Amino acid sequence: MPGSTRTLRTGVARGLVELRQGFTGVELAGQLLWPMVTLAALFLVRNRSAGDSDVSLGGWALPSALGMFVTFGMLLMVQHLSAEREDGTLLRAKATPHGIQGYFIGKLVTVSGTILVYLLILLLPGLFLVDGVVVGSIGGWATLLWVLALGLIATQSIGVVIGSLLPSPRAAGYLALPVLGLVGISGIFYPITALADWVQWIAQVFPMYWLGLGMRSAFLPNDAVSVEIGASWRHLETGAVLGAWALLGLIVAPVVLRRMARRESGSRVAARREKLLQRVG
Amino acid sequence: MTRHQQIALRIDGLRMRYGTAEILTDVTFQMRHGEITALLGPNGAGKTTTIEVLEGFRQPSGGQIEVLGTDPAQGGSQWRARVGVVLQSWRDHARWRVRELLAHQGRYYTRYATDLIERPWDVDDLLEVVGLTDHADQQVRLLSGGQRRRLDVAIGVVGRPELLFLDEPTAGFDPEARREFHDLVLRLAAEGDTTVLLTTHDLNEAEKLADRILILDRGRIVADGTPSELARQIVGDDLVRWTHNGQRYVRSTTDSTSFIFQLFQQYGDAITDLEIQRSSLEDTYLHLVRQAEAGAGTTTSPELGEVA
Repeated sequence: MPGSTRTLRTGVARGLVELRQGFTGVELAGQLLWPMVTLAALFLVRNRSAGDSDVSLGGWALPSALGMFVTFGMLLMVQHLSAEREDGTLLRAKATPHGIQGYFIGKLVTVSGTILVYLLILLLPGLFLVDGVVVGSIGGWATLLWVLALGLIATQSIGVVIGSLLPSPRAAGYLALPVLGLVGISGIFYPITALADWVQWIAQVFPMYWLGLGMRSAFLPNDAVSVEIGASWRHLETGAVLGAWALLGLIVAPVVLRRMARRESGSRVAARREKLLQRVG
Repeated sequence: MTRHQQIALRIDGLRMRYGTAEILTDVTFQMRHGEITALLGPNGAGKTTTIEVLEGFRQPSGGQIEVLGTDPAQGGSQWRARVGVVLQSWRDHARWRVRELLAHQGRYYTRYATDLIERPWDVDDLLEVVGLTDHADQQVRLLSGGQRRRLDVAIGVVGRPELLFLDEPTAGFDPEARREFHDLVLRLAAEGDTTVLLTTHDLNEAEKLADRILILDRGRIVADGTPSELARQIVGDDLVRWTHNGQRYVRSTTDSTSFIFQLFQQYGDAITDLEIQRSSLEDTYLHLVRQAEAGAGTTTSPELGEVA
């Protein structure tokens, strides 16, 4: 077996172990919380309509929420990275041959897997709770696949960059605030066309809006497009913006990562532990 | 065994500087294959910095370093597979099970097996060696401190390293756990024919474990040899006390035998109450530690805080 295949397999195995750990025991309750809250919110607005369209707001927001959860992969990646840099997981990987590669392959598997489980938790009950969502068209599934693939790459590679640059897990916690702000302006729970022009422009810089749009184009009937910007699903633009973020992430992430890994050492981990214990104690 | 004549590690003129603070001024020593060497020194002497340079985790400011024939800063995965590092775990891999984690860490070494060295170490055998067989299916976070440290050692040696680094391995241990740990290290070194470099600030630990002791003080190796060689090499002055004409005298000298001979030549049996206090290795080391503590703060860098 060639070496790179071995590393890939070891990394995937690592990712699956941690994915399983993330969905067993007490962890499970925490994992289910946000998808459940989201589902409840969708259920409450199932009888209102989205803008001037015939689609129910619940049905309209279900695919949007799928896009939002893909974006949360960025937050997950940042949290894992900053926590595991502090606790020495990364240093252990560095002390192991091909350990850093194995670690990151594992991380991509764990985070992608977690996101996919979230999407299933949302989608399967969601289809029964709200009206207007269409599944089954070949074109819809194809759109789902490419939007999802680009989205996972873009958000997680950006997550790697941010996670490598942040000084501590505390800083990672604060990152949730701007992301929640982004949820507010990205037309996830209400059509973006209801917002001011300049807000729309800001939202369109980031992947979240485009992930929501892409998911809606995959799951909603064609006439729902009337409440979108320019009354169009804008697949070309979606691919361009998500692709640009993915490309940026893929170029910058290895550089930042290598720099961060190079700086790890036992005394750095010990110093962070010391600092944390002082804060706690 | 000719392998034991070979050099496993060589550092020449290692320097480390942070800003204006010089942590290591000139560290020079060699290690042969199969040797257990202790790098002994007071806190702040630069032990951790030295071992982190050798582990390839830190870029030195200057000096020639060769670990298993390679500059650690350039060491690739091939080199990494031959070097074991025992890290002090804190809460990493908390939810992994002991066997699961060891087996996973071992997988990275499969491709580095050679005709002479089977890699990785069989997980069940290794669990037996470190005494964790009964805890194989337990989550890492549920292990006691001592068990966890034994798992750290197991992870450090799962790839059957030719050279093993341990940084302050028994810090925070009670005497019982310390003795168990010493036995474990000796067993591993004998069984795996492994070269070991460990740091410690405890002279007794160094004497018990090491074939050879290097004393590091304020960024330099100040003594190097077997425990008995060291006792001769760095003996400070002996203290000679005597009484002459009812007057008590004290004199320190490096060569007490010839000093006393002269004393008798001069005064004959008018000398009474003669006492010679030989300086022991322990006295000398304690003297070093006290000096280091008196000068504390001047040798540690602000960026690193507490670095041993």
